[in-house]
Order: sequence, then C-alpha cells, then structure tokens
Amino acid sequence: MIILWTDALIYLLLTTAMVSGFFLRNYEGLKRPLNKIATNKSAMVSMIILVFFIAIGLLDSLHFKAEGQRASGVISVLDYCTQPLWQQTEKTYSAPFSAYLYSKAYITQADGYQSWGFPRLKFGGSHLLNPETEKTADVLIKLIVGLSKGFIFCLSWVGLRALYVAKKAGQSRLHVRPGFVGTTIIVVVVGLSGIIELSTYYHILGTDKVGEDVFYQTIKSIRTGLVIGSLTTFIMLPLAVVFGILAGFYRGWVDDLIQYCYTTLNSIPSVLLIAASILMVQIYMVNHPELFTNLESRADLRLLFLCLILGVTSWTGLCRMLRAETLKLREMGYVQAAKVLGVRPIGILFQHILPNVMHIILISVVLDFSALVLAEAVLSYINVGVDPSTYSWGNMINGARLEMAREPVVWWPLIAAFVFMFILVLTANLFADAVRDAFDPRRNQHD
Amino acid sequence: MLLIQGVTNMTKRVLSVQGLSVQFQTDSEKVLVVDDISFDILESETFGLVGESGSGKSVSALAILRLLPRSAKMSGKHVFFKEQDLLTLPEMNMCQIRGRRIAMIFQDPMIALNPVKSIGHQISEVIKIHFELSPSEIKSRVLTLLRQVEIPSPESRIDDYPHQFSGGQLQRIMIAAALAGEPDLLIADEPTTALDVTIQAQILTLLKSIQRQVGMSLWLISHDLALVSSMVDRVAVMRKGRIVEVAETRQLFNYPEHAYTQKLLAALPSIDSCRAEANVTGDILLELKSMSISYPVRKGFFNRIVSHHQAVDGVNLTIHAGKTLALVGESGCGKTTLAKGLLNLIENVDGQIIWAGQNINGLQGEPLRQMRSNIQIIFQDPFSSMNPRMLVGQIIGEGLRSLHPEISSQQRKVEVATLLQQVGLPAECAMRYPHEFSGGQRQRICIARALAVRPKLIICDEPTSALDVSVQEKIILLLKSLQQQYGMSYLFITHDLAVVSEIADELAVMYEGKIVEYGPVYQLLNDPRQPYTQQLLKAVPKISVD
Amino acid sequence: MIQYIIRRLMYTIPLLLGVNILTFFLFFVVNTPDDMARMQLGQKHVTEQAVSKWKIDHGYDLPLFINSEKGSFNKITETIFYQKSIKLFVFQFGISDSGRNIGADIKQRMWPSLAVALPSLLIGLLVNILAALLMVLFRQSYLEFWGLVACVVIMSISALFYIIGGQFLFSKLLKLVPISGFGSGVDALKFLILPVVISVVSGLGSGGRWYRALFIEEVEKDYVVTARAKGLSETQVLFRHVLGNAMIPILTGVVVVLPLLFMGSLIMESFFSIPGLGSYTIDAINRQDFAIVRSMVFLGSVLYILGLLLTDICYTLVDPRVKLL
Repeated sequence: MIILWTDALIYLLLTTAMVSGFFLRNYEGLKRPLNKIATNKSAMVSMIILVFFIAIGLLDSLHFKAEGQRASGVISVLDYCTQPLWQQTEKTYSAPFSAYLYSKAYITQADGYQSWGFPRLKFGGSHLLNPETEKTADVLIKLIVGLSKGFIFCLSWVGLRALYVAKKAGQSRLHVRPGFVGTTIIVVVVGLSGIIELSTYYHILGTDKVGEDVFYQTIKSIRTGLVIGSLTTFIMLPLAVVFGILAGFYRGWVDDLIQYCYTTLNSIPSVLLIAASILMVQIYMVNHPELFTNLESRADLRLLFLCLILGVTSWTGLCRMLRAETLKLREMGYVQAAKVLGVRPIGILFQHILPNVMHIILISVVLDFSALVLAEAVLSYINVGVDPSTYSWGNMINGARLEMAREPVVWWPLIAAFVFMFILVLTANLFADAVRDAFDPRRNQHD
Repeated sequence: MLLIQGVTNMTKRVLSVQGLSVQFQTDSEKVLVVDDISFDILESETFGLVGESGSGKSVSALAILRLLPRSAKMSGKHVFFKEQDLLTLPEMNMCQIRGRRIAMIFQDPMIALNPVKSIGHQISEVIKIHFELSPSEIKSRVLTLLRQVEIPSPESRIDDYPHQFSGGQLQRIMIAAALAGEPDLLIADEPTTALDVTIQAQILTLLKSIQRQVGMSLWLISHDLALVSSMVDRVAVMRKGRIVEVAETRQLFNYPEHAYTQKLLAALPSIDSCRAEANVTGDILLELKSMSISYPVRKGFFNRIVSHHQAVDGVNLTIHAGKTLALVGESGCGKTTLAKGLLNLIENVDGQIIWAGQNINGLQGEPLRQMRSNIQIIFQDPFSSMNPRMLVGQIIGEGLRSLHPEISSQQRKVEVATLLQQVGLPAECAMRYPHEFSGGQRQRICIARALAVRPKLIICDEPTSALDVSVQEKIILLLKSLQQQYGMSYLFITHDLAVVSEIADELAVMYEGKIVEYGPVYQLLNDPRQPYTQQLLKAVPKISVD
Repeated sequence: MIQYIIRRLMYTIPLLLGVNILTFFLFFVVNTPDDMARMQLGQKHVTEQAVSKWKIDHGYDLPLFINSEKGSFNKITETIFYQKSIKLFVFQFGISDSGRNIGADIKQRMWPSLAVALPSLLIGLLVNILAALLMVLFRQSYLEFWGLVACVVIMSISALFYIIGGQFLFSKLLKLVPISGFGSGVDALKFLILPVVISVVSGLGSGGRWYRALFIEEVEKDYVVTARAKGLSETQVLFRHVLGNAMIPILTGVVVVLPLLFMGSLIMESFFSIPGLGSYTIDAINRQDFAIVRSMVFLGSVLYILGLLLTDICYTLVDPRVKLL
C-alpha cells in the first residue's frame, strides 16, 4: 500500500463528506431541497453518472506496489483491474476498433517475404483471422455478449434488491423515483459492461503515438479531473468561509483587512498568478530534487501544488459573497435576539450565521467543480497545469494538437478526451443547476 | 359623501365581474387564490374591497388587468369593462385598456417606480403611449398633473429620480401617472399602507378630491376597515378568495350580516377604549437621561465618515414597574434606534440608561451578558426574527441555555413546554420549524422566547403591525394577560395610536429623534397639547358612517 | 468629479503596493535568484561562476532589500526590490531574461491583442444580450427551456474544443480562412474572423445564462408591473424598462474588463499565432522568462485596478441612485 498525498486528501474529503452526511441525515432543513433534487430527472441521471465517475476516480486513488509492473512499480486498483488495457501496447497509432496500425511499415510475413503495408496490431483484434470480413460481425457479437452480461448482472442484483426492499419498504423518507433511478443505473451498467467486453478485444478508442490505449488514458484522466475539481474546493473553502464570515460579522478593521487582501489578490489576473506560481514551484522542484524521490510522487506533488495554487487564487469570489450575506444576516431579527439573549459571538456564528450561509457554500462548491475541470485542460495546455507525465485530458489535448496537423488526421485521442470531459462537465453542470434550484431560497419563494 | 340611491340598473356599470377565479401553480400543487368572485363597480362610485392579507384582493385586481405572473391561471364567466369582455380581449387591445381606461396604483411607491428613470419620463410615458401629442404638449400635461397631485414646484422636479422624493410624494407621482391616461376606473391597491399615518390621510384626501374633479370610478383595495369606511360608497368583504359580503358602506358597518364581517369589526382597535387611569405611579424600573444616538454617515470607497445623523436626540423617559410605556412616532423618527440603543445593540449611545440605580449604558462583556435577562425584545417582523434552521424548542430555549446554563436540558424542555402553553400554543410545537407557523403564531413564539429568561422589561417593537387585524387583537390580549400574571413592564413601540389606547399607561410621542410630548395616555389622547400629537390623532382612521 | 477621481486614484495606491510586494515575494523570496539561474542554465553541474555571471547579466546580483555596501540613498536604490519592483510603478519594465526591451515589446504587441479582444467582447455582448432577451420574452415556454439546455451544453464544452474544432473545420476542411497568423490593415480581417467567432460562441453559454438571470430578476420587480399597468406591451416593457435597468450591471461588468483587453487572451492568441500580449506571455511562461511574467502580472493588476476605477465612475454616470462623494 502506498499512499500518495492526493490519495490521502481525496479519502479525507470522502470521509468528511460521509461523516457530515451522517450527522445531517435527520436535519430538517435538508429534507425539502433534497426531495426537490430527487424528483428532478436530469439531476438524478447526472448524479448517477457522476457516481460512476467518482467510483473510477476512487479506485484510481488506491495505490500499491507491484513489483515488475511499470517503471515505478506503483499501480492503482484501477490499473490492476484494467491490466490488459495498459499492458497491451502497440507500436504506434491505430484507429479505434482497428486491427491494423495507422501507418505503413514493412511487414515480414511467415514465409520471410517483406511487403509495404499496414501491419496487423499485436493485440487489437488479433483474434480475428481475416479482419476485413469478420470485424463488423465480431464487434456486434462482442457488444451483445457484453450487454447481456451486464443485463444478467443487473437482473440478479435487482432480484436480491427486491428481497431487501420488501423488508425495508416504506422507510425511505425521500421521494426518489425508484423505477427511474433503477432504469438509469441499469442502462449505465449494461452500457459499461458492453464497453468492457469490447475493450478486452479491441482498442476501442485507438492507440496513441507510442501505442498506448487511448481508452485507458481517458479513464486514468478522470482521477486528475476529479482531484482538481474537489481538492481545490477543499482548500479554498476554509479560507473563503472563515474570512468571509469574520469580515461580515466583525466589520471594522477585520473587514478592512480582509477586503484589502482579497481585492489585492483579485487584481492579479488569475491565469497569470497561477502561471507564475507554478513556475516557482517548478524551480523549487528542480532545485530540491532530494524531496521528490520517484516519478509518481513528483507528479502527485505537482498536482497537489496546482490544487493549492488554484485554491489560494479562487477563494475571493465565495469570500465576497459570504461577507455580503453575513452583513445581511447580522442585522436579522434572530441574530439581534440572540445577542439580547446573551448568546456569545462564537455561538451566534455557529448557530445562526453558518447554517444560514450553508446553501451559498454548497451551491458555489458544485458550480466551481465543472469550471475547475475545464480550467485544468486550459492550464495543462499552456504548460502550467499538471505534470506532463500525469494522465489528464489537458495533456491529451495538448498532445493532439500536432496530431490534428498530421496527414491523415489522428482525431481519436482528441475526441476521446473531449467527450469524456464533456460528459463529466455536463453532468456536473446539470447537477449543480439542480442543487442551486433546490437550495437557493430566492427560487423557492412561491412554494 | 356621494349618495347612491340603491344599486339600480339606471346607474351604468363600469366594471362587471362574474365568476372570476385565479389559480397559482407551484412546483407541487395548485392553489386557488381567487375563488369564483362576482361584483360590479358603477360609474363614478368608490368601491371598496377589504380583506386580510392573503385573501386574494390584490390578485383579483391584477387578474382583471391581466397582469398576473405567468404561473397563474385565470378563468371566469366574464369581466365586462363597459362593453368589452376583458377575459377574451386580444392582448393588443388590452394594452389600450391598461393605463388608458383602467389605471392602477400600488402599495409601495418606493418599488413601484423605475429607479433609474426620471419621474417626468415615467408620467409622460403613459401620455406618449395613449395620446398623440407634441413633446411640448406632453410636458405641459405632465406639469399640470404634478400640480394636480400637489407636488411643490413641479417645473424644477420633473427631471428628478424617484429616490429624491419621499414616500408620500412618490405615491402622489404614482397617482399622477395613473391619471395621465384619463382613466374611467382607477384601482388603488392598498395605496397608503406603506406610508405614515399623517401622509396616509393626505393621500386619501387627494384621491377623493381628484375623483370628484374627474368623475372617474375608484376601486379601493385595503385591509383597513376604518379607512374604507370613510372613503367608499360600497364595500365587498373578501376572505380566503371568496367575497363573503357586499353592501353599501353604511349598511355594512351598521348591520354586518356575515359572521366574518362581524368578527372583523369587533376586532378593530378603537382609540376611544382607553383603559388607563389618569395618573401612573409605581416604582421606577428604568430611566433614560438625555439619551442621544448619532449615526456616522459613511460613504465612499473606504467608508469615510462624512457627517453624523442624530437619530435620537436627548431623550428623557421613565418606565415604571409593571406599567406600559408606549412610544409613538412615524417611520424614521428614531423609535427603533432608541430601543436598540437601550439594549446595547448599537454603539455611539450618549447619556445615561439607569437600571436599578446603575448606569448600564456602555456595559461590556460579562456584566452586560448578566444584565441581558432583565430586558428582552420582540421584533416587528415575525418572519425574520427566528432562525429558519432551528427548532422552535431550540429557539425558545436559546436564552435559557446561554443565561442559565445551570438548568439541565431536561428541565429546559419542561420549561419550554410551559412557555408554549402560556402563549397559547401546544407543547408539541417545540419539535417543529418556524416556517410551519403563521405570522401570529410566530409572534407568540417570539413572546415565549423573550419570556423564557423572566425579563422585567420587554421592548415590543411594533409587534402587531405585520399582522392582520383579528390576529393583532389576540396578541395584544396575550401581552396584557402576561403582564398581569408576571407584572413586567413593556416599552411598546408603535405607529398605531389605536393600539396604544388599548395597552399603554403612558405615552411618549417622538418626532425626529426628540420626545415632543410625554404623559399619561388618557391625558394625551383626550387633550393633546402639541400640534404634532394632534395631527397624529386626527390622522387615525376611524369608522365613520353617518 | 475630478476630486472624486483623484481620491479614488489614491485608494489604488495601497492595492498596487500590495500587488507589487506579492509578486516580489513570489519571484524573489520563494526562490532565490540563484535557484532561477540554476534552472535557466540547465540544472545540474552548474558552476558557481556561471550562476554569478548569469545573475550579473540579468541584474539579479544585488541584495534583496538593503544594499549595505552603498552609501546613503543608494542603499535602497541599488537593490533588487528597487530595481525590479519599484520601477514597475513608472512602467519601467526593464530587459527580459532573453535580452529584449519588455516595454517596447508591450507597446508593439498590445494592439494585435486589442484587435482580437475588443470585437470578441462587443459582438459577444450583443449576441449574449439578444439570446437572453429572446429567452426572457418567451419565458416559461419551450423556446426558453431549449435555450437554457443549449446554454448548458455550450458551456460544458471546453474552449479548446471550439478552437481546435473551428480551425479544423473552417480552415483545414473548408479552407474559408487561414488557420493562423496576423496581418495589418484590412488584411487582418480574415485572420480575425475565426478567433472572434469562436470566442463569441464559447462565451454564449455562460453569458446567455447570466444575462437571462439578470433580466428575469428585473422582470420580477414591481415597477415592471407598473409599466405594464400603464399599457406598455410586453416588448415595450422589455426594451424600455427591463433592458435599461439590467444594462447597469452588464455595462459595469464590461467596463471592468475593458482595460484588460490589452492583455489579450492567452490561448486564443497562441492557437492563432496572433502577435499579441497573450502569446507573448505564453511564450515567456514556456521559456521561463521570469522578467516578462513578472511584468505581465504587474501590468495585468494595474489594468484590472484601472478597470475597477472606471467601473465606479461608470456607476455614477449610469445609475442616478449612486451619487458622487
């Protein structure tokens, strides 16, 4: 077992979320908004897809040592599950579902005769004797097999579940639409199963320049996106919440100081500040090589620094919102009444202010997530993002820039990265919208 | 008052509403806000529609002009305006009715006018849409209208923006804009509710006189029975979306038929029901000696102090144990600031606040906290005065927890239950959240919260003005009975002299931060010396049916 | 008015000072000039002589804050802080690590940046407002619903995709416009069309949604009901009242970024090889030219603070409720 910094933080974040969820499970204020989200179809679909993304990210965040595997000898649980994907590397580019390389080379045939053509792939479609005629049918068959495997798996699971539900019927307090949610989960699981089945026989998204499976790369990039989206907020939240509430509650010189700090920080264009900070981190890493022993931890620390820098540069927006809201809240009747009742300031902060700004915090967290995932790609593109050795959609896009200029065009790494990023960001956006609608009191005036 | 010889067919109807219903669609359910109402408004008559908040009065008016938000569905047999059925009229023609034939003014003129357009522009807009006049003609028409609604020196103010006017003046401007289209019917939706008492009277007089000049019909919507009684020819009483009674004013006020109307009339506080004796004696509980509060006026980027605003100016008051002192004044006169200064909720309080021989002004830290249990406060708005994320039990127990930490949580629960019963709520309420209660119930919870720490003085800051008449009365009765039971004092802050006569022993009238008149209620209400007090008294709407 | 602007300018001094100290800290304290030199010279096996030569060449051989070797006034002026940071206040950017005059580069490169950024902003503004107005006019209908869906989809696609996809489709496949580059005069037009269109499209999602929210907030206000009660039709209400009032936050939001337009957009300029300040910065980042990055950070902050100042002035001009003090 090897624990990287980001792994630890990710699981710390997960534990925090689960513990707070446990303590808030009976909290009345959450019931209505959660119900509203539960009845929102697009939110539920988005959430299910997000859960699958998160599950992949979490699997990819459990690292252990495996001798002989990889250069560094460190692999994650996800790597372990997808061994064929990254062990079966080809020579160079190959198109999705292709059985041949994308570039011509001399092929040495069994009889020693050499010809100039597209060589067969070592692994992709290697079970086919005559790919030209067999491939379409084979892909279809493999797909159907995969889908039915998934379907059978779901059926047995639903059956077990039915027994379980029968016992616990009527205990659910949320008005989830079990049929709808169940169907969505089944569709996703069946689809995934089909993809898994196919990917054991083909490079379903092709291979890249050094022959690595693009599908594997996109899957590995999920973790990077999630880490950036969640750890940054994790770092930014305490700063924003503490400073925002203190500024609004105490006013006076505290307020002046905090306002000065965030206006100053805000005046530096964020991309430039991030770029400058990353440059500095790079210098630091170059000059202190003793601190970064292996490749994995080096890339990991760079990722962590990126989150740190993004967090430090992005707390100002939420801080300003919280300050404004606290200024409003401190004049509310109940805060005044609490003062008259002799409640100490710390009690007022925790009992009256914090619970009533919670919705702003929550909304901003989910809204920021998708923006951060998109930002990662842009930053990696201008070389101030994650380490070039880290799998990330930004790095994939960065690499694909030259491939687009190539003749014939190598389009699949680019498309794969965009599609996966799009799915993650779109679902996050849809979910964020639902959360905002449910928690924003201004949108609830009429009911 | 204009006399109408019965509702005969001889008099022409301006508006005839039959079976109008309005339904609001929320996320979860449909709410019937207006339920099958029918009424007529006659030519040059003043028609009143009264009802408590949420009864559907304003919605019916908006429905007739088809101004409802899109989430509302309306239906009905017909809504005839003269010969046109407003239910089926195309939207294009409806635009020619609105503002031209039927005009409307709203409750709060501060938000009903566009803040970034000059008032001249907003009035002339109506003329531009409905008449074809040259710019100079339009301007002279606007000036005439402004003169008609008695805005001083209209020539110099025509290009001013709404924020440069007072509330009363803004309502006059609204009336001018409504009159600009020379309408046949003017709908006035609570036109004076957001205004001070003295201003209220002026606006009503103005409306009445303009109606006489122009000869239009006036549809007055109000929650205030007394106000309606002095203004209108016929009244309809509305309750929960239905019209329960329509009658001529005199008929309705003298012989109310429907039980609800009777209840409303009975609940009206009357200024004549003064309970207090002529002299107030007893121990002195609290004394204010030349108390002054000034706000620094801060503006600009770094909140520089540019000047000071004297909100409370040298106030001397005495509160006797077990008695009620009422503090009356118009909005912005410094009543609430005084209360907050007294509670040490704001800074910059000068002068002495003497409690049991000790000056408590400027007390800090722990001594201040120990003083807290003596003086408590009840706020005006029962909706913002309770933390929506706390249970009622926690809200009431909050003071006990902070000021009496020695009480165990078990005991506290018992205490909370007793308190709830005392304010007339079932003990189970402790496990519910504030949003599940109505305004009146919430105010009861607030009373229980204040009562929990056994204060000797409760400051009631307009505790009833956000409530309906019938609920108001019950809260006043509750406060009175609690006073008898516990013998505490009240500092009762209000703008409503009628309520004062019901509860107070002494009365202080405040004007621009100063106490202008101070004495026993009996004396002040019957024999006011100061012109301002007289003016206030005169402006109180009374049921006046000849 | 002039008094107000002067006072407002005074307030920017502590802000600029803060930015300056922050950047100084970031560039000279987190890592010493020695570290920078080693990085630039190729990391390993760098001799002390090479490091000190590099430092002397680039003017980093001075003490950070106080030069005790020099006399009186020079104690402060002959330091890195004075030479590299204080001089930024008078826009003396100095020489870049690769030996170019940064000030001259900036003067030359800001115009191409502006040529891309300004039309992108203005056309984007117009398109966003139009889209938002349409959605508000047809609110609670299918048009609004699908409009919002389209907005979410548009904003969920990475800006990089629009650029790469746009270049591939319009330049490579259809050959309508050149892939990248820049010209002068009318010639520049054909190079500008694609970047401008792409930045308008990629901004449409979030912009349209945001403006719609602003309009909806305005539509729900009481004065809008008054306007309808006066007999204005729905479109008249929208154009005469709602648009005007919502334009106040929109305009001031635009004014903030106006000065920053000179800085250009990093990725746009680098993809389309536009010789503006954005690509200048990117090149500097890639070459690890600290002097340029530092100058750009400071310049960006100055322009942003200038934007804040303009916003405040703009508010007092367009909103009668805000008075000058």
